[in-house]
Amino acid sequence: MINISEVLETNKMIEQENLDVRTITMGISLLDCADNDLQVTCNKIYDKITTLARNLVNTGEEISREFAIPIVNKRISITPISLVGGACCKIPGDYVQIAKTLDRAAKDVGVNFLGGYSAVVSKGMTRSDELLIRSIPKALACTERICSSVNVDSTKTGINMDAVKLMGEIIRETAEETKEQDSLGCAKLVVLCNAPDDNPFMAGAFHGVSEADAIINVGVSGPGVVKYALEQIPDANFEVLCETIKKTAFKITRVGQLVAQEASKRLGIPFGIIDLSLAPTPAVGDSVADILQCIGVDRAGAPGTTAALALLNDQVKKGGVMASSYVGGLSGAFIPVSEDQGMIDAVEAGALTIEKLEAMTCVCSVGLDMIAIPGDTSAATISGIIADESAIGMINQKTTAVRIIPVIGKQVGDTVEFGGLLGHAPVMPVNSFACDRFVNRGGRIPAPIHSFKN
Amino acid sequence: MTRAIITVVGKDTVGIIAKVCTYLADNQINILDISQTIVQEYFNMMMIVDMTKCVKSFDSVASELTEIGVNTGVQVKCQLEDIFDKMHRI
Repeated sequence: MINISEVLETNKMIEQENLDVRTITMGISLLDCADNDLQVTCNKIYDKITTLARNLVNTGEEISREFAIPIVNKRISITPISLVGGACCKIPGDYVQIAKTLDRAAKDVGVNFLGGYSAVVSKGMTRSDELLIRSIPKALACTERICSSVNVDSTKTGINMDAVKLMGEIIRETAEETKEQDSLGCAKLVVLCNAPDDNPFMAGAFHGVSEADAIINVGVSGPGVVKYALEQIPDANFEVLCETIKKTAFKITRVGQLVAQEASKRLGIPFGIIDLSLAPTPAVGDSVADILQCIGVDRAGAPGTTAALALLNDQVKKGGVMASSYVGGLSGAFIPVSEDQGMIDAVEAGALTIEKLEAMTCVCSVGLDMIAIPGDTSAATISGIIADESAIGMINQKTTAVRIIPVIGKQVGDTVEFGGLLGHAPVMPVNSFACDRFVNRGGRIPAPIHSFKN
Repeated sequence: MTRAIITVVGKDTVGIIAKVCTYLADNQINILDISQTIVQEYFNMMMIVDMTKCVKSFDSVASELTEIGVNTGVQVKCQLEDIFDKMHRI
């Protein structure tokens, strides 16, 4: 039988160490909504989303009350929309119509984000993919809750450099379209490599074609809990350190598994995966950077940071895998800058640069995330940054991502306020040497030798 | 059987257990186990209860218990047992 110290430990994690379930994300296939008439497609999309997800928010809140565990976000991911709109969208503006429909559906069911305004173009772009990509700046400017992602490469296909070049331009256009809000549109747009089909986290969530008609995926969190556990063992050796992270990750993930199974049962929709990620928030103490400091570096970015992050990421996976029947998504430690107070402090102290963050993305779950850069950064430079990150993902057979925000009108030293979970960020300097000739070559970089496993 | 964990945390005062137990008895909620400890002058109590015969919804019981806590100056929480089982048992 459960004893009092176990009960108090769990409640302390929730009340004092920011333990929460970060998101219940319902994946919905929209493949059966495709039609050659735009209005019919929009109606089908609206009806399907509002029918399947009508009880998502209520159910999430009910589970949250009964277990007294916060479930911060209730979200939806959909089939990459370029696969749905291909038959009816003739110009980018047609896709914007679909974006508005999705936004309306998201508002009507009460979810705070809907992801999947996306295209998967890792080897080549269809006409529909390109129309969708060119519609992104307008779509993000005229909607509130839509998140967009474009997968530009994979280990199996190599890097689609035409798409990388285009995305540099699209990120700049999105920044311009939303410049009145500190280029907020770019915070909802991510460029991915090896994107998973079942990621519940925004902005990169979409419901891949390998998925069932509808599915429940859950993203857990808990950097504050890991930090607290490590504060109790300041001088322990690596064996004890790693065991502590593993045990904590196990406990965190078990809560996610419970919530996922309950949500699946109550909504009558199959359980997909748990994404066992350490996802920070701007709340003090809920920081991955703080964990790195507990492990032993003065600031995130100091020598030793990449190794500390590597061990953290690996132990989280080892602890979490046994706690859940199905693990997927991104699974690992997230290192966004604006959403993590410890990372912001490290940047402001001069300890953390984009180049160091790039190195850190080699060993953690995602990539360059929520980084504000000067508004006059060229499209080619942004494409160069995307290409570097894509190469890391492609060669290391892992997901990587770029979500950077060229804040129009802002320079290094300025600060940008995105609000809520998106946090605030100091504008970081970017290497000022050009890469235009590299980006403008066109074509694609072939798949690496280790992709040929047949 | 619907099992829940009720926790009471706060400054030690007379009659805390009595109030909670009276409420449980009035609502046909059976106490299966009870334990308590004092940590740094703070009263910590935990009950494992069976709510199968209770006619009220879980939500109502949880919020009424929270209200009793507010009136007594302590924090009372009622949670389904599964969250603790899942976290602490393989």
